[in-house]
Amino acid sequence: MTPVVVPDRAPKKKSKGPRIKPSPMARRRSLTGWMFLIPAAVLIGVMMFWPMLQALLLSFQTGRGTALEYADPLWFNYDRMLDDEIFKLTVGNTLLYLAIQVPIMLVSALVLANILNNPRLKFKSFWRTAIFLPAAISLVSYSLVFRTIFATDGLVNDWMLALGFIDSPINWLGNTNTARFVIILGLLWRWTGYNMIFYLAGLQNIDPTTLEAAKMDGAGPIRTFFSVTIPQLKPMILLTVIMSTNGTIQLFDESFNLTRGGPANTSMTMSHYLYEVSFQNNPNFGYGAALSYVILMMVAVLAAIQMKVGDKRD
Amino acid sequence: MTRSLREVPKYAFLTVVALVSVGPLYFMVVSATNTSQDVLASSMLPGTNLIANWQSLTEFQDVGAAMYHSTVNAVLTTVLALAVSSIAGYGFEVYHSRNKDRLMWVLMLAMMIPFAATMIPLFQLFADFGLVNSAWAVVLPVIATPLLILLFRQAARSFPHEIIEAARMDGLKEVAIFLRMFLPTMRPTYAAAAVITFMTAWNNFLWPKVILVNNDYQTMPMLISNFTGGYVIDYGALMLAVLIASLPTIFIFFVLQRSFVAGFTGVVK
Repeated sequence: MTPVVVPDRAPKKKSKGPRIKPSPMARRRSLTGWMFLIPAAVLIGVMMFWPMLQALLLSFQTGRGTALEYADPLWFNYDRMLDDEIFKLTVGNTLLYLAIQVPIMLVSALVLANILNNPRLKFKSFWRTAIFLPAAISLVSYSLVFRTIFATDGLVNDWMLALGFIDSPINWLGNTNTARFVIILGLLWRWTGYNMIFYLAGLQNIDPTTLEAAKMDGAGPIRTFFSVTIPQLKPMILLTVIMSTNGTIQLFDESFNLTRGGPANTSMTMSHYLYEVSFQNNPNFGYGAALSYVILMMVAVLAAIQMKVGDKRD
Repeated sequence: MTRSLREVPKYAFLTVVALVSVGPLYFMVVSATNTSQDVLASSMLPGTNLIANWQSLTEFQDVGAAMYHSTVNAVLTTVLALAVSSIAGYGFEVYHSRNKDRLMWVLMLAMMIPFAATMIPLFQLFADFGLVNSAWAVVLPVIATPLLILLFRQAARSFPHEIIEAARMDGLKEVAIFLRMFLPTMRPTYAAAAVITFMTAWNNFLWPKVILVNNDYQTMPMLISNFTGGYVIDYGALMLAVLIASLPTIFIFFVLQRSFVAGFTGVVK
């Protein structure tokens, strides 16, 4: 039999430029790829980017309800903030919570994760479950549990009186500094175990041979932790720092439920104030949007700083 | 002997941390069975007031309706979020191209957008569409999250491309490859994503509070938050409400906690 030579159906086109035309199959595949992405991309666009830009426009408007118009001068709402004592107070509170709570929480989470990662540790899953458990209950729930525990006639005062630490009950939620302290305590309780889980996952990714090598070189456990473990955990640390910073700057549930922002707004957070301005009594969307942009700027600036610092190679 | 002695402080430390972590939760559970006076007397033992607390809780609050709304919102969010984010993460990795990588980068920027900055326009948007008080309004803004897309993209990265190629050779369609190959293999990732999404959705408070104007549509967190509005607080009933609101997330956590840790391993490298 003579072999039949099948001619090419069409003569091959010379490629015109440096770009090679993709085969129909590759093109179809690329299209399939886009179909996979579109739902998420559209949702993020409509539910996050569009409202973000809309809020910027809103922040230059004044008026009540739906009767909004551009302010004169445009920066009227931003100007108003400078004389708004409650706003300044809430910025101070939010930054205070951030500065105290986030470092303590992340260091504790790191220490706990490191202890739990030890293969010789007994009852490992028991410790992990117990420490993570607070993260399983809602912010509103724990806020109210803490509100009950820290009531003037609540558990903490009862125990401290019984143990002789104090002579008379402390009005935890009725004094500015103790109210702020209770919020910080609550945040530490709720989120330390949560962050610990991220570090545990990160620790499991670390190549054990690097730890062995450090040991062989005569490095003690502390030296190994700082010189070998921490650098390899850096991406995870960066992630948790950014997540906790964002979460704390937007803190709402605790302020709203645990202290009710009190006494006299002195423990109130920015998001809580934003809610009051935008949706309580006389809603003011324009001023609310301006406040929300301060939160947005704070998140952006802090994230930029953190990424800059976190990206540095040693 | 010396080794175990040296380890005493470590175990003592862990015990203290565990007690502090579980203590308030234990108090919550015990208080749900105690009278308001016993709660304030810091009773640490279970009482006999559970049924009375339930009666006083349900007298003024529709717990069943709130549980129903919370369940619908959380389940709907979880199912849609997992579907949308996993196909996106898979798509970004398996069909990656320069333009898709650019889009991914833009979507990741959304991680930096605080919810506070989108809340007011979102409220206006849903109000314009007449969706205030609807489950869709609660769910739609939280379906697509950059973190989940990232999680699934990383999962897809660890998924061997030879499997995809082999399946293509066998004539399997692209969607079928995703459904029959990727999805079953990535169960731990889905479990991890389900845990975070369900918990976040169940516990979400600010947005439902904003968009569910009518108290008939309130969720469990809203119910507990509103509970303390009165002058005299029935602490026993309050703690029972808090306990009920926490049961689903605690349950989910216990069922899926192993996969939770497994699913997160390898996400951030």
